[in-house]
Amino acid sequence: MAVNYSAKEDADGHPSGGLGAAGGGAAKTRKPDNTAFKQQRLPAWQPILTAGTVLPAFFVIGLVFIPIGIGIFVTSNNIREYEIDYTGIEPTSPCNKCLNVSWNSTPSCTCTINFTLDHPFESNVFMYYGLSNFYQNHRRYVKSRDDSQLNGDNGSLLNPSKECEPYRTSENKPIAPCGAIANSMFNDTLVLYRIDNETRIPIHLNKKGIAWWTDKNVKFRNPSGDANNLTALFQKTTKPVNWPKPVYMLDSDPDNNGFINEDFIVWMRTAALPTFRKLYRLIERKNNLQPTLEAGQYSLDITYNYPVHSFDGRKRMILSTISWMGGKNPFLGIAYITVGSICFFLGVVLLIIHHKYGNRNTSADIPN
Amino acid sequence: TFSTGLGRFIYKKRVGTRTVLVGHRPVSETDAYVAQKFCDNRIVSSKYTVWNFLPKNLFEQFRRIANFYFLIIFLVQVIVDTPTSPVTSGLPLFFVITVTAIKQGYEDWLRHRADNEVNKSNVFVIENAKQVRKESEKIKVGDIVEVKADETFPCDLIFLASSSPDGTCYVTTASLDGESNFKTHYAVRDTTVLCTHETIDSLAATIECEQPQPDLYKFVGRINIYRSNQEPIARSLGPENLLLKGATLKNTKKIYGVAVYTGMETKMALNYQGKSQKRSAVEKSINAFLVVYLCILLSKATVCTTMKYVWQSNPFNDEPWYNEKTKKEKEAFKVLRMFTDFLSFMVLFNFIIPVSMYVTVEMQKFLGSFFISWDKEMYDEEIKEGALVNTSDLNEELGQVEYVFTDKTGTLTENSMEFIECCIDGHKYKESISEVDGPLKYYGKAEKCREELFLRPSGCLSEPRGFFFPSLKSYQLLHILNFDPVRRRMSVIVRTITGILLLFCKGADSSIFPRVQQDEIQQTKAHVDRNAMDGYRTLCVAFKEFSQEEYDQIDKQLCEAKMALQDREEKMAKVFEDIEANMHLIGATAVEDKLQEQAAETIEALHAAGMKVWVLTGDKMETAKSTCYACRLFQTNTELLELTTKMVGDSERREDRLHELLMEYHKKLLQEFPKNSGGLKRSLVLNQEYGLIIDGSTLSLILNPSQDSSSSNYKTIFLQICLKCTAVLCCRMAPLQKAQIVRMVKSTKGSPITLSIGDGANDVSMILEAHVGIGKEGRQASRNSDYAVPKFKHLRKLLLAHGHLYYVRIAHLVQYFFYKVRICIHLTQFMFFLPLTIKSIKPLYDAAYLTMYNICFTSLPILAYSLLEQHINIETLTSDPQLYMKISDNAMLQWKPFLYWTFLGAFEGLVFFFGVYFLFQNSSLEDNGKVFGNWTFGTIVFTILVFTVTLKLALDTRFWTWMNHFVIWGSLAFYVFFSFFWGGVIWPFLKQQRMYFVFAHMVTSLSAWLAIILLIFISLFPEILLIVFKNVRRKAQVRTAYAPCTLLSYFS
Repeated sequence: MAVNYSAKEDADGHPSGGLGAAGGGAAKTRKPDNTAFKQQRLPAWQPILTAGTVLPAFFVIGLVFIPIGIGIFVTSNNIREYEIDYTGIEPTSPCNKCLNVSWNSTPSCTCTINFTLDHPFESNVFMYYGLSNFYQNHRRYVKSRDDSQLNGDNGSLLNPSKECEPYRTSENKPIAPCGAIANSMFNDTLVLYRIDNETRIPIHLNKKGIAWWTDKNVKFRNPSGDANNLTALFQKTTKPVNWPKPVYMLDSDPDNNGFINEDFIVWMRTAALPTFRKLYRLIERKNNLQPTLEAGQYSLDITYNYPVHSFDGRKRMILSTISWMGGKNPFLGIAYITVGSICFFLGVVLLIIHHKYGNRNTSADIPN
Repeated sequence: TFSTGLGRFIYKKRVGTRTVLVGHRPVSETDAYVAQKFCDNRIVSSKYTVWNFLPKNLFEQFRRIANFYFLIIFLVQVIVDTPTSPVTSGLPLFFVITVTAIKQGYEDWLRHRADNEVNKSNVFVIENAKQVRKESEKIKVGDIVEVKADETFPCDLIFLASSSPDGTCYVTTASLDGESNFKTHYAVRDTTVLCTHETIDSLAATIECEQPQPDLYKFVGRINIYRSNQEPIARSLGPENLLLKGATLKNTKKIYGVAVYTGMETKMALNYQGKSQKRSAVEKSINAFLVVYLCILLSKATVCTTMKYVWQSNPFNDEPWYNEKTKKEKEAFKVLRMFTDFLSFMVLFNFIIPVSMYVTVEMQKFLGSFFISWDKEMYDEEIKEGALVNTSDLNEELGQVEYVFTDKTGTLTENSMEFIECCIDGHKYKESISEVDGPLKYYGKAEKCREELFLRPSGCLSEPRGFFFPSLKSYQLLHILNFDPVRRRMSVIVRTITGILLLFCKGADSSIFPRVQQDEIQQTKAHVDRNAMDGYRTLCVAFKEFSQEEYDQIDKQLCEAKMALQDREEKMAKVFEDIEANMHLIGATAVEDKLQEQAAETIEALHAAGMKVWVLTGDKMETAKSTCYACRLFQTNTELLELTTKMVGDSERREDRLHELLMEYHKKLLQEFPKNSGGLKRSLVLNQEYGLIIDGSTLSLILNPSQDSSSSNYKTIFLQICLKCTAVLCCRMAPLQKAQIVRMVKSTKGSPITLSIGDGANDVSMILEAHVGIGKEGRQASRNSDYAVPKFKHLRKLLLAHGHLYYVRIAHLVQYFFYKVRICIHLTQFMFFLPLTIKSIKPLYDAAYLTMYNICFTSLPILAYSLLEQHINIETLTSDPQLYMKISDNAMLQWKPFLYWTFLGAFEGLVFFFGVYFLFQNSSLEDNGKVFGNWTFGTIVFTILVFTVTLKLALDTRFWTWMNHFVIWGSLAFYVFFSFFWGGVIWPFLKQQRMYFVFAHMVTSLSAWLAIILLIFISLFPEILLIVFKNVRRKAQVRTAYAPCTLLSYFS
């Protein structure tokens, strides 16, 4: 309702009104500062992307990306990888008999698959197990764990997080480790033999060094107490429902037992996609003269415990060498080559357009 | 003749009349007087009280779609188990609501304070023959109020008595209708003698008058004066007896009046329109986009829920042995579960509509508006004031203005008359003296012509001022024949010392020339015409000598006419007509209502920028017209279409005549602009072909035609005419009519953005009505305006530079926000469980990242951009008005650019997701064969996202100050730093240590690096390509179009 106040403040009619006084007093403060910022005159770099600046960039990018892509592609192609599906869906498969195992079937079902490596695996070989159609990224699944329990917190050990439901308690005892992830830990045992003249020579599979160092040493810890007597530490807890044995009996090596068992830690790092692989064992190269795995006959002994048929899943065993860029994956190389080529090609096209445009334009000036 | 429906929107007509007891004294026992209840004299403009502030304010805030939506999301998060924490959405919402509430509370407190200032001001009321000091709000209808010179009337008063014996007083209504001349009001004749406390207190009278209505120039009433043992005398009351609240008493010592309308029922209050919240076009666009996104959101949630249940219909998908449901989940009803799933999806996708965008937009507007008040080019040294920003909500609207409505007096002109030259009997004299606009001028003129006459023999008029005042005393002023717009002249009758009776008359040439000896005209006419061509206001002066007998007769006639109760106006006019005849022409003067500095250049620039300038003034048509010519609103080649009382006439047939005129003009314009006028809307205004002049009474005839229904389409025809004219002048406008015009234009097709600029209280209603209101600094209009500038010329920079920049900045801000939030986060998230994993609701990224994304990682660069960006520098913008047209019609927030940004975002989302998806076909990405999990997947996608989004902004930035460098590179560095930090510690307060060393591991993987670099490049590639193509095209266009373009801008 300022209309109403107005009349008395209206400076028009009152030359001697408040304006003069107010103006005088406020003059100093009201005058805007003449600074570059306030006047929006800050020194500034004003880049303009023109064909002139972008075209060379296109060529350079093309010239950089294509070699990189080729490099990656070649590296990826040089990686040896061998994969066996041992789910046993096909009736002919030796593991077909185990297809419908359940968690607690005793004695456990075993099967053996023979295979041939056509090419030797020269460097260190990494043995993975792979699962398909297994949703480790399901929300309910991903959060069904208690990291403070796994970190060795005694309180959480006996009172696991609510997130672990319905795998939190069993028989009125807290489950350690609690949660769906731990409960569904992969528990097939894979043993690799080289068949040399009908004799099966076991290949040494290193079960350490497969988990992240930080996970093994910081994130996962056994409950505080006597490290040599894990049984006592886990005394008041019970094993996860699906496990055949408790967590303190995962391995005989005290450095690889309990929560810091590396197979367990690897399993606990949930996969991003429903088809995934996890590192199972390392096969280290003995000496420089011999390849790690020679070409020839091999056999894989499987203690088949892990049921996947119920959710239409698959199980695989993968042997792979590793390069600086990780496992075999042609995607990056191809992508780099493609993008580099497109860049280069567009650079050429733009160059032509640019030149033509310039020429046509000068001639078109006259009629216009 | 003014509209009766003026106040239709704010004023509900009440039937009947009101009876007011003067001084609350019952007049007779016999009259059954029913006490009527009237409102008190308190003015209330505030919205809230202490008690209703919280509920009312909250209610109003949650009426905004966005706020309400966030509230719902927040509640859902609290009630239902959802993937994201309620804090993520609750905290920002709380912040926004609180800040807004504080801001509005403060504004309302200011209103309260201003209300109080008026309501508590002191007035004098006569009670029991004594002068009693009262607070203004205590005045009741019926109180007798005493007002002294230069005071403002506290309410609408019936003028009873004045200190001047003839019962008149002078009043200026500048703050009501902008007319700064002094108006004479007349006291009720029978009470004029009651000019002391005692006598006025003895008055016993009742006043019957109509119920309050907003028309300032209309009042009908009757006063019944009771005297002991006499029949009551009834006198009719007209507008000349009514003193309006807001007007100021001048040149009269004091007056007594009785309050008839008080408080919110005064004519001024009725003319005031509530200050409603103005919404900018950008905000409307945001809302439109929001609705679109809400639909997307709903459909997405529906699709997701359906997909989920289709997928889950397979039991081994729903509940595989490794992932059993909790007891609670199992027991829940399926429908309920579906519903909660749906809600969970909604919440998961709620980042689509970011609270942070509202926060950022508010901050941008608030901080950005400082640049207007900091601008030293808009600082006026004379009045020592700079520009002022009252509302920061409308900054970007300044870049969208299509119609400019400007007041004339004081806005286009300085409101000071400057004497240019005069001619006496064809001799030309030039001086530089200035006169103030006001009654003094009229006296001055009259007086001066006397001097002219006096000094004529000497033929010299060297120091008129010097002679002017001394000579004033040597005449006795006998009569003033007041100015009125019909006669368009005024006269004085004086007696010289020597006893000669003289009449001096001054007025427009058209009204003087017919009344003087024809042979005298010729020489003067040449001068007058030349002066008029130059845009000066010309006045002709004539005189006449009376004999004593003639004078006596005139005196008698005048007195009779003045006292006449019926048809006073007509009778007066007739007497004047008789008196002012057969005069002798002395000469003519030319004065200039000096235009404001660069007013003409500014108007030209606004025209060139595609804006249409309308002048709305309360002033006379002739004056306004000459000003319009002077400020080049009309040019010499402009063909004027007039719709004025003069053209239409005042007879019964005026509607028919109006109809004819309208049709004629319409036909004319249609021929000129064939049907494709849509394209012409904002095309170059090369030659100003048509200008329209309309006055208030004709306007009211058009807008409120009498019952005849056939004439109801006048309004549309009139609008069509208006819209095709490049310049429109509306004169003799009442304040509400100004607002009406603005409203009319505002509601035309395409709802153009309007801007009103004015300085007086009469402009307040139109300032409030327009999308953007600009007041002149230091005047009362500035208080109601959204912006205030010291001078009209500052409009140029305000609109062309600031408006343009603000618009581009905020439009980019909005688009960018929708792009960065909705597309990137959600597309990736969405896809994560749709085609590939279709698993339950799981966010791809860590909650901390989600929360930080909008708050820390990507907010500062866009804020810096939206404050500092100058894609074209300010000088260019100011000097080339045509650039303004590039952003007209909300060009940057139309669906086309919106779709472009959406597709860009969709493309980038696809690239990020599928790139990393293919990369993760083999999740061992390190040279030690160890595998990466889902959190690394998310982190890689998120890293690409943050970098792409920031670099995209870097690509768009055309103005890199050190601040832009700092925030853009700083944000990226902060992201990296934060990721290390967040992943580097086992946080005791977190339930899950998801991110522990994930980022550090990612950084050690060469493959991840290569993928990140590649995917960022692919994402930005289309943008770079587009810029290059645009550049090439523009280059070609510039070559062909530059020449005519520059030419054009020089012309205009």
